[in-house]
Amino acid sequence: MTTLTWTSDEIMTVTAARSLRDGMSCFVGIGLPSTAANVASRTHAPDLWMIYESGTLGASPDHLPLSIGDGILADTADTVVSVPEVFNYWLQAGRIDVGFLGAAQIDRYGNINTTVIGDYADPKVRLPGAGGAPEIAASCREVIVIMRHGRRAFVEKVDFVTSVGHGAGPGDRERLGLTGAGPVRVITDLGVLEPDPVTRELTLVGVHPGVEVADVREATGWDLRVAEDPRRTPEPTGAELSVLRSLTGAARP
Amino acid sequence: MAVPLDEAVGQLVHDGDTVALEGFTHLIPVAAGHEIIRQGLRDLTLVRMTPDIVYDQLIGAGCARRLVFSWGGNPGVGSLHRFRDAVTHSWPVPLEIEEHSHAGMANRYVAGASGLPFAVLRGYSGTDLIGNNPHIKTITCPFTGQELAAVPALNPDVTVIHAQRADAAGNVQLWGITGIQKEAAMAADRVLVTVEELVDELEPVPGQVILPARVVDAVSVVPGGAAPSYAHGYYERDNSAYRDWDAVGRDREAFGAWLAELTGPTGSDAPSTSDPEPVGKGA
Repeated sequence: MTTLTWTSDEIMTVTAARSLRDGMSCFVGIGLPSTAANVASRTHAPDLWMIYESGTLGASPDHLPLSIGDGILADTADTVVSVPEVFNYWLQAGRIDVGFLGAAQIDRYGNINTTVIGDYADPKVRLPGAGGAPEIAASCREVIVIMRHGRRAFVEKVDFVTSVGHGAGPGDRERLGLTGAGPVRVITDLGVLEPDPVTRELTLVGVHPGVEVADVREATGWDLRVAEDPRRTPEPTGAELSVLRSLTGAARP
Repeated sequence: MAVPLDEAVGQLVHDGDTVALEGFTHLIPVAAGHEIIRQGLRDLTLVRMTPDIVYDQLIGAGCARRLVFSWGGNPGVGSLHRFRDAVTHSWPVPLEIEEHSHAGMANRYVAGASGLPFAVLRGYSGTDLIGNNPHIKTITCPFTGQELAAVPALNPDVTVIHAQRADAAGNVQLWGITGIQKEAAMAADRVLVTVEELVDELEPVPGQVILPARVVDAVSVVPGGAAPSYAHGYYERDNSAYRDWDAVGRDREAFGAWLAELTGPTGSDAPSTSDPEPVGKGA
């Protein structure tokens, strides 16, 4: 028997894929979320209903799209609807089970920044902006975030709230009228964080094989709370890795 | 109705106009954007949900005074560096920005197309977009008392889109991912459409959108006019061109060389707008 080897990005993507349940409707962002959703649909969740914000409902691309509107998404979709329709009839009306987001910065309460690093009026780094994320974070029944761990990304307070996670703590989502549950899980290349059921603060609940709790705390820009007995992430299986590599290999130039 | 692209842009787009070039990844009117650069238009308020490389080029060329948008990036590749340079260093000219979410922009176009002054949506609540954009306000539903977001209608002076086909009367047909084009066109005072080809009859296609000739001011035949984005049924997205733009956009000098080539007398990708013959699939 040979030992499987895998990268930290690969275990992050596979762990994210496992968070998607078969039959869910999933609003998919481009990049890591799209990769993970496509791994899920090729392994344990063949009936995952993938929606891309270009209006392609039920897309099943045979390779990873580079953009949210590649032709392969329209070709394989159950139907293609207009942009107002995807945001109003599907997302706003509460028809999406899970939104899958990436982020440049995330804070202690799962609030997300994809707009600027630094001051808005005089930014250090100008990022792409909101896109569909604010309403995905507001209206999907639940939100899963996938991003690489690091102190510049996991910050005490985001420079700009592009999309609301759990606001400033308990009761904020309800007060703001946000209909979905918000971020229920943040999956990184080091481990898995989930909001504390009471305080809503992101808490380390799992670490990937070979990663120590101290590594994750070191890579987090606030005093990260750790669950009593963090789970050890199961290693990626050979089947998961082979699906993932067939996808990322195909997307390579 | 079909006029060469340079004439159409000359007639319909003026300095200081609010101009929307729409196309959600698919059918982006790139050739028309390049013609706007060639004609040296200035002080434009450029509107687009997803400014990508053609907006990076328009901004880098100094055409824009203001950008209204919801996501500015090179999809799947990274940032737009001319856009970044304009926002962070006012190069080549300062760029004001007004940013929304996709849902906000989509609903602004719907209100504009509907002849309403504003749109209502469940969105923006709790975000910093609200405090930084005076065009996002809250409104109380008169029936339920719910607090909702209100955004003003978007009514561009000119909307420019690219479509697969038009007929001689100027009826326009597009299909595949049709994004926000119908709403953006219906919201505008003037509409310019570039098409892959002119046909005698618009044969129905599943999922099509038809824009009747009466809402279209000019049609220009520009085969390949959406490249490096794509035209469903005609050509694929040129992903390598999007990746390659990153290096050009990052560097002012490389961008300057690109711009000189576009606007020079021997501009390499000058479209064959003087050719009135329909060219493309079926020709």
